[in-house]
This record gives sequence, C-alpha cells and structure tokens, in this order.
Amino acid sequence: MTASRRTGTSLNRRPSVSEPSLTPEARRRADRARRLRRGLPGLALVAPAAIVYAVFVLTPLGATIQYSFYEWDGITQATWIGFDNYARLFTDEELFGSILNAFQLILYFSLVPVTLGLIAAALIRKFGTSRLALVSRTVLFLPQVIPLVAAGIMWTWLMATDGAVNQFFRLIGLGDVTRAWLGDFDTALPAVGVIGAWVSLGLCMLLLLAGMTKIDPALYEAVRLDGAGPVREFMAVTFPAVRQELGVAITITVISALRSFDIIYISTQGGPGNSTLVPGLEIYYLAFLQREIGQASALAVALTVLVLAVVLPLHRLARGKEES
Amino acid sequence: MSFIPKTSHPAGARRPAAIALGLAGALSMAACTPPGTTDDEPTVDSTAVAAPVTGDAPSCGADPVTLEAYVETGFPVFNELTAEFEKQFPNVTFNTREDQFAVITQNAPRVLVDSPPDLMRLPQVSELAKDGLLYDLDEYAAAFGWDEWPSSQLEQMRVNADGQRGDGPLYAMGINFSMTGVFYNKELAAQIGMTEAPKTLEEFDGYLQAAKDAGITPMAQFNGGATGGLAFPLQALMASYGDPSEINSWIYQREGATIDTPANLEATEHLNSWIEAGYFADDINSMDYSQMMSRFIGGESLFIFNGDWESGNLDAQMPGNAGFFLMPPLEEGGQLGAMSAPLTYGISANAASPDCAAFFLNWVATDETARTIDIEVGGSHPMGPTDAFMPDIDPASVTAQTLAAGATVGENNGAMDFIANATGAIYAKGWTPNLQKMFAGEQTPEGLLASVQASYEDEIGG
Repeated sequence: MTASRRTGTSLNRRPSVSEPSLTPEARRRADRARRLRRGLPGLALVAPAAIVYAVFVLTPLGATIQYSFYEWDGITQATWIGFDNYARLFTDEELFGSILNAFQLILYFSLVPVTLGLIAAALIRKFGTSRLALVSRTVLFLPQVIPLVAAGIMWTWLMATDGAVNQFFRLIGLGDVTRAWLGDFDTALPAVGVIGAWVSLGLCMLLLLAGMTKIDPALYEAVRLDGAGPVREFMAVTFPAVRQELGVAITITVISALRSFDIIYISTQGGPGNSTLVPGLEIYYLAFLQREIGQASALAVALTVLVLAVVLPLHRLARGKEES
Repeated sequence: MSFIPKTSHPAGARRPAAIALGLAGALSMAACTPPGTTDDEPTVDSTAVAAPVTGDAPSCGADPVTLEAYVETGFPVFNELTAEFEKQFPNVTFNTREDQFAVITQNAPRVLVDSPPDLMRLPQVSELAKDGLLYDLDEYAAAFGWDEWPSSQLEQMRVNADGQRGDGPLYAMGINFSMTGVFYNKELAAQIGMTEAPKTLEEFDGYLQAAKDAGITPMAQFNGGATGGLAFPLQALMASYGDPSEINSWIYQREGATIDTPANLEATEHLNSWIEAGYFADDINSMDYSQMMSRFIGGESLFIFNGDWESGNLDAQMPGNAGFFLMPPLEEGGQLGAMSAPLTYGISANAASPDCAAFFLNWVATDETARTIDIEVGGSHPMGPTDAFMPDIDPASVTAQTLAAGATVGENNGAMDFIANATGAIYAKGWTPNLQKMFAGEQTPEGLLASVQASYEDEIGG
C-alpha cells in the first residue's frame, strides 16, 4: 500500500515539470481533474458502504441529536425546548447519578481485567507452550464466548443468598459476610462490576499475550544477564513492549464500562434503588417506559460525547507512545 | 501495523469534513420539521375515535374473519378462550402474537399505529387514549349492555378528555378482573397456631412475630430489580388505614390528589415496622417474582402478597395447602380494600375488525364455557353482571377463597387499581427505588411518600 501511494505521488508530480507552458491556474485545474478521475473508481468502491453507513449510522445519529432538543413522547407532535434536556442532565440527581455510576464501573470493567489480564498473560507466557498454558488460556478466554445475557443470569444465581458465592464463604468460615450481593446497596455496583471484569478478562489476557509473544527472546536474555529478577524483567521488557496492546485493551474496556447495559439489565435492572443505574439503562427507561424521547436522546448524545472525551485522549496516548 | 498511521494521514485530514457533510445531510433530512405525527392525521389527534358500530348488534358476521391479537405471553387463559371461540364461531380465526408484558408496554403506541391489532393486551390506557390510539368503546358498551354491569368493573378503563381515568369514554375491556391479598401456607400456619385468617391487623402482626420466633420466614416478597413488590403489602396497608377511593383518585390523576397523606404515612410506617422487625426474607431486594413463588410453593415462607392469578397454579402445585385472605382491617369488621384490576384489552383505533373484537370481549364475559375457562385457567373472576353464571368450584381450593374474597371486596366497594399504574413510569422510577431504599434503611416512610409524590407531579406535569 505504501509503495503504490508513493508511485501515485510521483506520477502526480511529473506533469507539472513536463508541461511548463501551462499557467499555474490551468495546471491546478488539470491536477484537480486528474485527481478526481483517479479517485472515481475508489469512490465507486466506497459508495455502497458509505450509503449504508449514512443511512444506518449517520441518519439515526443526526435524528438523535435533533430529538434531543425536543420534548416528545414518540407519537404526538414534538415541542422545541432548546437545551432544557441537556440542562436537566446536570440538575437531575438520578440522571447525573447514572453517569457517576458508569465512571465507577470503569474501575471494575477496565482497570481490574486489564491488570489481571496483564498478570495472567505474563504468567502464561512463562509456561510457554505447555499444556497448562493452553488450558489456562482457554479457561480464561471462555467468558468471552458466552453471551453477556447468559453470563448475567449465571452470576445472579452464583451471587444469590443461597448461591455458590455465599456457600463458599460459609465453607471457609466467613458466614458473616454473606449477603444478597446484587440486592445490597453497598455491594450491588461492585457485584455487577465483578461480572463485567469476569467477562472482559479473557479478551484483555489474549490481547496482551499476543503482544508478548512478539517480544524478541534475546531481550529477556539480555536483562537476565544483567542480573534482573522476574519483576525487573517484567518492568523493563514485557511492560514497555505491550503498551500498544494495553492501549487497545483499556480503550475497549473503558467503552464497554461507559455504555454498559446488558449485564446490568439482566442482573439488577438498575436496582436496588438506582444504585446500579447506568446511562445505557437510563436511556432505555426514558425512551420506552417514560416516553421521554427527547430526554433519552439528550442523555444518549451526552454519553457519546463522554465516551469520545474519555477514549480519544487514551487513543492519542497509546498512539503517541507507539510513534516514539 | 506501523504503516497504518502514515497511509491514513491524507484520508484522515478529509475525514472530519466527510463526517460533517454526512451529518449535515442526515440532519437536513430530518431537521426541518419536529418529529411526531402531525395533527392532520386522524388517527393520532387528541380527540377520541369512536368505534364504528355497524347495525344493531355488532358481531363477527358469517364471512371469514381473521382477528389480529397481540397478547402477553405466559398467561394461557387468552389462548384457551380464543380456541373455544374459534370452535363456537368457525368463521373466525385468531392470529395471535405473544410478547412479554414489558415489551408490549414499551411498544404499545408504535404497534397501535404501525400494525394495528384488533385486540391488544394493554397496561393502563390513559396516555394511549389521550393520543387517540384506541377506539372509544362506549357504543359497544351500549349495544351489549356493559353499562348495566357494576360500574366499578369498567371505571378503571374510562379516560376523560384530560387523560384522567375513572370517568369518560370506555377505552378498554377486561377479560376478567384480578384481585390481590395474602396467600399463606396452611401447614406452616398450623405450626404457629394460626388456624384461620387474622381478623385484625394486630392479629396479623402477632402471627408474623410468632412465625419469626418459630424460625419460619414470615414473608418472602419479590422486591428486586425493577419490580418493587413491597408495593403490594404497602397498598394493602393503605386500604386498612385510609379510604381506598382516595388512592384511586391519586391513581386516576384527579386534580390535587396526593399520595402523601397522614393515613398513607401510617401505612408506610407500619410496613417499615415489618421491615425493621425482620418479617421479610433478608434478600428480598434481589428476589424476583419467580423466586418468590418457588420459595412459597417450596414451603420456605409463611405468607406472600400476591394476586388471584396464581390461584389455579397454587391449587395445582400445593393442593389443599394454600390459603388466602384479604389484608385485615385495623378493627374487626372494619373496611377491607384490595388492589383489583381488570385484565385489560384494547382495540386499536385503526383495527380492521373492531366489531368482531368487541363481540369476542362480550362473549368472554357472557358465555358459560368462557366464564369457566376464566376461572379455572385464569384463576380470576370473570367480568359481567353480578348474577351471571358461575361454575362449581371445589370449596376447599384456594381459587374458591380468592373468588369469595373478590365478592367481599365488591360489596365493600374497596377495589383499587394498582398504585404502580398511576403513570407510565411511577413504578420503575418512583415506587421501586424508594421501596428498595426503605428496605435497606436508606429511606424513611415520610421520604418515600414525598419522593413518590414528587416524581408523580413531575410526570403528570411534564
């Protein structure tokens, strides 16, 4: 791809040297026409995808932005109310609370699985191609294969009062800590977070493991000759080498934390008492239960902006490191 | 991977412009007019659409008719009724689509406009009626004589021009009406010396304490997720402390109605005292409806607050072992109230065969086989005149007890709609979070009522 572009660039330049008689204006025009001709097949190839994208992504996006300025029940005539829906995002405790909950979920959906994934990948890399490495890789990746809804249902059973989690605590003599994990105000959000962490761990681990396998073994040999232990080895070689993958893993998991819906809808539906309410769920409630399409759209737009505001700097950070 | 940034730069420079263009295009397609249907479309203006009664007695005629029905899944009574109807009227075929109640509730307005069913299971109908999506059934009511039935049966389905319920044209019809109260496990009750239903609230409190002392979970009540099941005992207590008609005024959105009254506060405080005394299972904030049922049927709970729609099920699952009573009054012989609501079905304002749909609804209330199905399969009391046919039921069954209780509520004029039906979102946004908070000790009874009233005003005002 790089080669063909280079050829293209040189071809573009050649006429400007070989046709000195043309005025600069005419030359520019000819250049533009040639570029356009050259671009046409490309445009034709892109068109089907572009049209689908415009119809199914951009149009709904535009409509959502438009609706966010109206008060509308989804059926009757809408009323223009300007930025009122956006103002309410900051004044309404419930709406604002849902956004705060989403940020708290980043801790569980992103930080925990990325950290654990890094440790797991480093350990599995140590085992090399042994059967143990293969088995642990499969076991850790398994949650990624299970549909989120199934994972949610399974964990609600596990975390029920008489579920496996509480049975385990009773078995090891910690009967006092047992509770309805998803029904307790203090533990509901972390409990939902555990489900999210469990689901994302496999992907993070696999991503980081892939990054680790491309590290030159000579580097490890070098640090070991310098007298480094496993921790030093990890910090000096492994960690810097997988920065890119780390960036990808963090980006993906942060997005999934901010726009989380399915796990929470299945396990708590936002309860108890809104303690696990997140924007995704709130948008759904506003649009389909309260029939406040305008308010739902405003929260959806705000959520999109929020995701971009969090993810773009992360992306830039990862890219910057990659270029250096 | 390293070549990607280089090659993507030139394209990247153009990308914002392309996105902006696409966005502008998308916006320009939709932006000129506000969303929503305009007033000149007859189906969704705010005036009522009267059903086109053809001839004197609406019927399904003799030509083949296909009735489109959109109903709640998991309730076999509707399908049993339609099967019997098809047998009696062979020219009629039902094309029934089933969905979960939540799905139906969420999609009701769109479905009524886009693919109008002849019969649709509907939640409370005030907003749908106000938007002109349902037929005004008054002419059918006159033609079939529904007006002569006890008015309380139809009251909840009447909506006036302001969207308030309780009076105005009839917008839906029930295929039966259900009622709630307290179910108890007879074997467990015997263990604590409870041989008959408590006659006063104090006596009931005594049994709750006795059960707790005996190591029996007094009440398993669903209260998890988006379903605040503590609303069942709360509303029952409200009826013991206050006037059921005031609660109905609030549900019907009457001018100046409030839930935050001294009587309701006493009821809420009473519920809170049950919570503080530990009469509920300690995990009800994560318990769903089916868990509650399985625990009750499995003998893990002495009482549950639930409705007669489970009567048939309980008679089958724990024959002879389930009992039922209405929430006892403060003093013996005092007023009795219960949440009692018709299982409502509406006819879309754009329905193809409204006459036949209305004929079916009338048949359900008047045909002897249909009434038998209503009771034996549905577990609830059929609609219709008070002296209408009733099938013989085993007097020892819990179904017989719930039917008798229903008659008592009727005589006492104590029927109330469910407090969760006051507005479209009051259950999910008002009652449920606040009841869950009160159970966790994070909300006071005063705070609960004030908070629910605030979301109520927010919704009906906005």
